[in-house]
Amino acid sequence: MASKGPRSVVCIKQVPKAQELQVDPVTKTLKRVGVPSEINPPDRNALEMALRVKDKHGGDVVVVTMGPPVFTQALEEALAMGCDRAVLLTDRILGGSDTVPTALALSETIHKIGGYDLLFCGEETTDASTGHVGPGIAGHLDCAQISYCSELEYRGKTVVGKRTVEDGFEWWECPTPCMVTVNFLANRPRPQSLTGRIRVKRGGLITTWSCADVGINPNKVGIKNSPTIVAKVDTVELPDRKAKIFRGDPKKAVAQLLDALAADGVLAR
Amino acid sequence: MTVPQDKSEHKGVWVFLEARRGRLRDVSRQLLGVARGLAAQRGSDVSGVLPGWNAESFAREAIEYGADRVYLVEDPRLETYTSRPFTKVMATLIGRHKPEIMLFGATKNGRDLGGRLHAVIETGLAADCVKLEIDEDGNLDMIRPSFGGKSLAHILCKQHRPQMASARPNVFPIPPRQPGRKGDIVRETVEITDVDIDAKIVRFEEHRGHKGSPIEDARIVVSGGFGLRDPKNFRLLEELAKELGGAVAASRKAVDAGWVPKDYQVGQTGRTVRPKLYVAVGISGAVQHLAGMQESEKILAINLDHKAPMFEVCDYGIVGDLFRVVPELTRQIRERKAVATVPQVAR
Repeated sequence: MASKGPRSVVCIKQVPKAQELQVDPVTKTLKRVGVPSEINPPDRNALEMALRVKDKHGGDVVVVTMGPPVFTQALEEALAMGCDRAVLLTDRILGGSDTVPTALALSETIHKIGGYDLLFCGEETTDASTGHVGPGIAGHLDCAQISYCSELEYRGKTVVGKRTVEDGFEWWECPTPCMVTVNFLANRPRPQSLTGRIRVKRGGLITTWSCADVGINPNKVGIKNSPTIVAKVDTVELPDRKAKIFRGDPKKAVAQLLDALAADGVLAR
Repeated sequence: MTVPQDKSEHKGVWVFLEARRGRLRDVSRQLLGVARGLAAQRGSDVSGVLPGWNAESFAREAIEYGADRVYLVEDPRLETYTSRPFTKVMATLIGRHKPEIMLFGATKNGRDLGGRLHAVIETGLAADCVKLEIDEDGNLDMIRPSFGGKSLAHILCKQHRPQMASARPNVFPIPPRQPGRKGDIVRETVEITDVDIDAKIVRFEEHRGHKGSPIEDARIVVSGGFGLRDPKNFRLLEELAKELGGAVAASRKAVDAGWVPKDYQVGQTGRTVRPKLYVAVGISGAVQHLAGMQESEKILAINLDHKAPMFEVCDYGIVGDLFRVVPELTRQIRERKAVATVPQVAR
C-alpha cells in the first residue's frame, strides 16, 4: 500500500461545535451528548498539512483518534478528505483521561502503527485548549517536535517547519520522525471528495483497537490514572446584553447608533 | 514515578524563566510575583530556573523581581529555546531538587516545553491559568478558563509532584523590582550532548513594529477581523480609534494573515481586554475571540452578515458594509465633536 514517500500519522479529536459549547448546569461538565460535533478545527489544518506532504512526496496518511465509537464520524470525514486509513482507539478504561494518559495512549497507538516519519496534531483542541498532547506524544516517542507550525517542508531525512512565536516566526529544521503541531487557520483544509466518500462507504478503512490490542497498560490510563482532576467549575457571569441593532442606510444607521450610545451614556453627547 | 511516597519531600515554588531581547519576559516577572505569594502560603521559597547562555544578568534580574535563588544551566546550545534539551534540563533539575510547584508562562515556548515535560516526568499540567491559589489542603488550585471562557475550571493535581501550571501572560501584575535584592545563583550541571540537539533554528523573522500593545489599558478598543480583507484597510480602524481616543486591535485571523502584529490579538490565544466599549469590525465572533473580549462593558458589532455570532453577544450592532459604515461613523463622530461638546467615554 505505502509508496516510497513518508508515512504521516495525524491525531485528531472530535469536539462539540464551537457555537455549541455548553456547560451542563447539573454536572458542570461540557455537554457532549446530543450536541453537534465536528473535527477539532485545528486538526483539520493538521490533516491538510499532512495531505499536502502526500500530494507532493507520496507516502500515506493514517488518521488516528481516541474516544468513543461516535468518533468514527471524524475518521470518516478525514478519510474522505484523502487519508489512506484510520485507527480508532476506543476503550471504556480510557474515559476521563487527562493529557498525560492521552499522550501515552496515542503514542503507543502510533508506535503500533509503526514506520512513521511525520506526526501531526492540531495546535490545541477547542474544548480543552491545552496544546499539551502533541508535545506529550513527542516526549513519549522521544522524537523531535515543531509546535505552532504554519508551513512545513519535507526533505526526506529532515523537515523544516515555520513556527509562530510571540514576536515573529522561527524556522526549525528537525530530523524525522518529527511531531508537528499545526496552527489553526494555517491553511485551507480541503473538502471531502466524492471518490473519498465512496471509499469510506465501501468500508474496511477503519481499524478499531482496544487498549489490550495496542498493549496499553490499563493502570496508566483513564480518570484514575490522570494526575489532574477538575475539582469544580465556576460559571462566569456574563452581562445579559440586549442588542440594539441598526440596519439600512449607513448614514441613518450610524446616526441612530450614536444617539443610542449617547442616550446610554457610553459616549458623552 | 512522580507519585511520591512522601509529598512533603517536594518543596518550593519554581518559575521557568524566559528571556528575550536582553531582558526577562514580562510573563516571567509576573510569575515571580505569583510564586512569592504561593511560597508565602506554603512556607517555602521561590526559585527561578534558567537554561541559557551568558544568562547571568537574567538570573540577577529574576532575584530583584522576587526569586530567592536561580538555578542557572549554561551551555551555548541552550542560547535559544528548543524542545528536547530544555526538557532534559528541566526534567533533570526537577528530579534533583524536587519542587512542589512548577510554573511556566503560557507562551509558545512555555507550552511546548510544559507539554513535552509533563508527559516525560508524568505529572499534571494545567494550561493557561488566570488564577493560582493554594486550597485548604495545601494543593495548588489551578484556575483556568474553560469551554471558550464560559466558565472557570479549578484543576487540582493531588498526588503527583510537582504540580505544574502555565499562566496566561499579562493577567498577573509585574511585582516591583527591588534593586540590590539578595539571592543565590546556583550553577547546575546538566550534560547536554549532540544527541540532545535535534532542532536547529535556521531562520528567524521578526514582526515589524513590535512595540508592546496598549490595547489592555485602552478605554475603547476598535478591533478588526478578516472582514477587512486587506491590511491597508486597518487604516479605517485607526481613524475611528483616533476619533474615539481608543486603540486598534484585531482578531486572530487578521493576525495570522500577517496583517497586524501579534500584540494586537484579542482572544483566547491573545490578549484579554475589558474596555468601556469594544468595537468589533468584520469579526464574526468565534468563541475563541469572545473569550478575550466578552467582559467588555459595552460591545458594538459592525458586520455585513446579520447571522454573525458577534450580534448575539453585542449591546449595539450595525448590519452593513463596514467599508461604508466605519468611515461614516468616523465622520459623524468628528461632526458631533465639532458642533457640540467633545464626545468622550462617559466616566
